[in-house]
Amino acid sequence: MARVVIMGGGVSGHTAATFIKDMLGKKHEVVVVTPNSNWNWIPSNIWVGVGEMSAEEVVFPLAPVYKKAGIDYRQAKALGIHPEGKADSDTPYIVIEYTDEEKSGTTEELTYDYLINATGPKLNFGATPGLGEGSNLGEHTVSVCTADHADHASHELDSCIEKMRNGERQAFLIGTGHGMCTCQGAAFEYIFNIEHKLKSEGVRDMADITFITNESFLGDFGMGGLHFKMGGFATSSKVFAESLYAERGMDWIIGAHVNKVEAGKVTYESLDGTMDEQEFDFAMLIPPFAGVGLKAIAKDGSDITSKVFAPNGFMKVDANYNAGAYENWKASDWPRTLQNPDYGNVFAVGIAFAPPHLISKPMSSPNGTPINPTPPRTGMPSAMMGKAVALSILDMIKGKSTEPTHTACMSEMGAACVASAGKGLFTGTAAAMTVFPIVPDFEKYPGVGRDLNGTTGELGLAAHWVKHILHHLFIWKAKLKPGWTLIPE
Amino acid sequence: MSKKHVNHIEPYSPQFGTMIPLGGAKFLRTCVLWQLVRFVAINIRMTILILKSHH
Repeated sequence: MARVVIMGGGVSGHTAATFIKDMLGKKHEVVVVTPNSNWNWIPSNIWVGVGEMSAEEVVFPLAPVYKKAGIDYRQAKALGIHPEGKADSDTPYIVIEYTDEEKSGTTEELTYDYLINATGPKLNFGATPGLGEGSNLGEHTVSVCTADHADHASHELDSCIEKMRNGERQAFLIGTGHGMCTCQGAAFEYIFNIEHKLKSEGVRDMADITFITNESFLGDFGMGGLHFKMGGFATSSKVFAESLYAERGMDWIIGAHVNKVEAGKVTYESLDGTMDEQEFDFAMLIPPFAGVGLKAIAKDGSDITSKVFAPNGFMKVDANYNAGAYENWKASDWPRTLQNPDYGNVFAVGIAFAPPHLISKPMSSPNGTPINPTPPRTGMPSAMMGKAVALSILDMIKGKSTEPTHTACMSEMGAACVASAGKGLFTGTAAAMTVFPIVPDFEKYPGVGRDLNGTTGELGLAAHWVKHILHHLFIWKAKLKPGWTLIPE
Repeated sequence: MSKKHVNHIEPYSPQFGTMIPLGGAKFLRTCVLWQLVRFVAINIRMTILILKSHH
């Protein structure tokens, strides 16, 4: 009997765990270690953040789902990996610390035959003074990173709307809270949903809405931008994104590293090195992501964290980490099997794997401050990685191969993103975007680096319907309800 | 007075340098019949993308 341990129960971890258990059956053991008791469909948090959904609609408890699936669920956080075992045993194990009420603080060693690191990000609010402490949100801004954060944001938004009704003008600032953030898409969706909400509440004319981003141009999205086939042109995402903001009378600040947050004010450094301030009454700033801080320990007890993990805390996999300067980057630098190069039974998926480098061009201010978006690896790519690794491990356990048999490479796969611009059965809109491949490949697709037949974008009600249906479809799938395996990642 | 196509945009502001949708494009965005067609098209497009992406 083999034991597969998955650290993390988010999109990639949950996908990997449920598929591998479904395919392995009762003969083998699948264990999920996650500090959270609930699963959260994060893409819908933006609707919670404007009061269009309740927090309860985007989460559900994991324990009954895992019980039904026959998965051993440990509500705990992983502290460290011992991939070589210890002095008196060669069996690799991880050390976990329980976070549930009953066993809180208790640690345990958990052995594994295969390990999947799907720990996701540490929300590094503490990277920007005033934005928060460690992974905790501060008092000056709101967030939509978790369902609870989004619920809190919704209440703060209601207070602003009340003030506007009473004739008090309000300034909204939405965007990224650090020069090294990713997930601009969430901020993009949230600002459009706020604008839509203010319109529907009849107070739009009382609001000044500004987007602040670490992208060097709107529409970079951490992917170096993209081109859509539109009206006989290969149209840049810069034009597409700017058009959406301009149409709605929203301002934008690009190339900004927010370096301080105070009550009602942020200070930021721009790519040209200038320092500036932006005042706000309501601000939602995405924090940068970091690895969750796992340690790796060798058989002799020595610390091998720097061997297994990159300096940012994400796990090294089969990527080319020595690509050098931007001019030398290639699509082939990106990992395919997501297998750790030193320990063949260890994999990392989703945000937990260390990208070889950025996708966007690295930029910094004359003061040396890096200001560029980091690669997005959430949502659809994350789930596809989880499934590919599950299938590889399945083949390895069944003896079909000693090497991973499936791949999920960001320079070989596409992604679909449906970004809400406002909710409503007949009044809502969303931007439906597809990109193929995620990482541009200028050798395979000379010109714009992507397949223009697979890279598309449009705004409309239909895309909103798609996003709403996906909300229900993916929660159905995550709850392992009938037919869940038929719903694609 | 000539017909107003879009709201005033300050010349030389960043907003002045991009495309602005006019009435027809805005109408089609929420025209239910047209959006039903687009709904089918988006789903076909995404299905093809998913099929191309699994290895």
